[in-house]
Amino acid sequence: MTLKKKDYIPKEELQALQLKRLKETVERVYHLVPFYRKKFEEAGVRPSDIKSLDDLKRLPFTTKQDLREHYPFGLFAVPLEQVVRIHSSSGTTGKPTVVGYTEHDLKIWTEVMVRTFLMADVNEKDVVHNAYGYGLFTGGLGFHYGAEALGASVVPASGGFTKRQLMLMKDFGATILCCTPSFALHLSEVAKEEGYDIQKDFKLRAGFFGAEPASPGLKKAVAESWGIQYVEAYGLSEIIGPGVAATCEHGSLHVFEDHFIPEVIDPETGKVLPEGEEGELVITTLTKQALPMIRYRTKDITVIHREPCKCGRTLVWIEGIKGRADDMLIVNGVNVFPSQVEHVITKVEGVTPNYVIVVDKKGVLDKLEVWVEVDERMLTDGVGTLENLKKKLEVELLNNLFINAKVKLVEPKTLERSMGKAKRIIDRRELNL
Amino acid sequence: MRTKYAVKQISVFLENRRGRLVDVTKAFLDADINIRALFLADSSEFGILRLVVDNPEKAKAILVSKGFAANETEVFAVEVEDRPGGFYRVVKVLADNEIDVEYTYAYAGTSNKAILFFKVKNEEFDRAIEVLMENGQNLVEAVKFYE
Repeated sequence: MTLKKKDYIPKEELQALQLKRLKETVERVYHLVPFYRKKFEEAGVRPSDIKSLDDLKRLPFTTKQDLREHYPFGLFAVPLEQVVRIHSSSGTTGKPTVVGYTEHDLKIWTEVMVRTFLMADVNEKDVVHNAYGYGLFTGGLGFHYGAEALGASVVPASGGFTKRQLMLMKDFGATILCCTPSFALHLSEVAKEEGYDIQKDFKLRAGFFGAEPASPGLKKAVAESWGIQYVEAYGLSEIIGPGVAATCEHGSLHVFEDHFIPEVIDPETGKVLPEGEEGELVITTLTKQALPMIRYRTKDITVIHREPCKCGRTLVWIEGIKGRADDMLIVNGVNVFPSQVEHVITKVEGVTPNYVIVVDKKGVLDKLEVWVEVDERMLTDGVGTLENLKKKLEVELLNNLFINAKVKLVEPKTLERSMGKAKRIIDRRELNL
Repeated sequence: MRTKYAVKQISVFLENRRGRLVDVTKAFLDADINIRALFLADSSEFGILRLVVDNPEKAKAILVSKGFAANETEVFAVEVEDRPGGFYRVVKVLADNEIDVEYTYAYAGTSNKAILFFKVKNEEFDRAIEVLMENGQNLVEAVKFYE
């Protein structure tokens, strides 16, 4: 079977394969990982209880906290001799989470990255400019191996050095760009500043963007600023890295479900939600050897869809990641995701998609401020026009988020540009206690 | 007509942060740009600095390279006698001809003349100049402000 065909296998065949692999995975973790055996026993479930895909919901969840508590290798299901690669998170919010791969796992990873790249028909004629960070972060090497396996020419640019990146992209004739959406936008801004003519100087035709949630507005801004097809590449290191899901030409984020089973749950109750309802994405790996994951809570917020996609792929699809459960702000009791704010901002003309959300406490009430950069191209010399722009943004935020936010217009290019994941929130409430 | 009298005014968007005016004017000092007139329009959170300088092209390039958000607007200048009624006679002509003034600012130098700057709607620019000339007002050619 060619790799591309894997996205189109008949539903029954796919489900039979999933069930077989699920049973194998559950058996393996039960016998090889004491953590899982204990959790299964506490939940009163044995591997033999898994008779259908529906039985998946009987299994307990795994969380990032579990990975931290078993730092570094406690959840590995193979001895270290069989592990050929180790990646790790930065550990800025606690102990780092460590993930390992066997040779077989790396092959799977490459396979799903190839299938990601096939969403834009990447081939050996393409020059893939990979500006994801290399190193312990899974982004860089994940994209690298996928593109190389397709025979494309890969430029392992890694992060940072914006101006040099642009020079390489132009001189090497990059056709494919891989990086975070916020960095892609930053690249296009700097390209304009540096006097490049984006249409003439660059040959980009598609980009693979991920590692942070992006609103429809930001995606559109990135696609339009470069004039390219926008492919969302979704993944997380705990599952495999990038390559868990990718968007087809219709914008459906297809999960490579012969390797990963997605579920959407109510983050409060843990109950599996029906198709079409928004909740937290939970993923079970089906083929991973070194670090299998049973019902891993991703903290990413999305909606699952099982109706057939127009692209013909039989794979289930989810909606673009709306935000992260741990990025969710509760402002005066209202849930706010940065991507919702971003969505409003990108709909209003006159400001750039760069923003920072600042939350403060004033007395007992939370105070939300959104800092937005004025778009130079839209800049007028009238104070009134800008005051109107500010008011319009405030009204839109109120209508969309149901909260009063104060908008502060700031000078263009003054908000911090990120080379990796964008930092959008400054929560100063705790400091004031 | 228009090219002769359209004075290139630079507008700079400034956040109300300490030191931003220093930054702008220092950039001009370093680039040897002389400010001929200025007006700061402000709200509680930001301001727009409007400037007439002796070299608008250079000024704009300097500002953009320093990361300021700047753009260019065309205004016209009228020279009047520095005595009661000078400003009145100009705005009266504009009002009589139903031309709205978006904003205006002025400076009175050491001579007995004062210079008034006017911003009107783009589509009314030509007519504004015409009616002022017809009414004997002394429009100042743009080059007078440049080197």
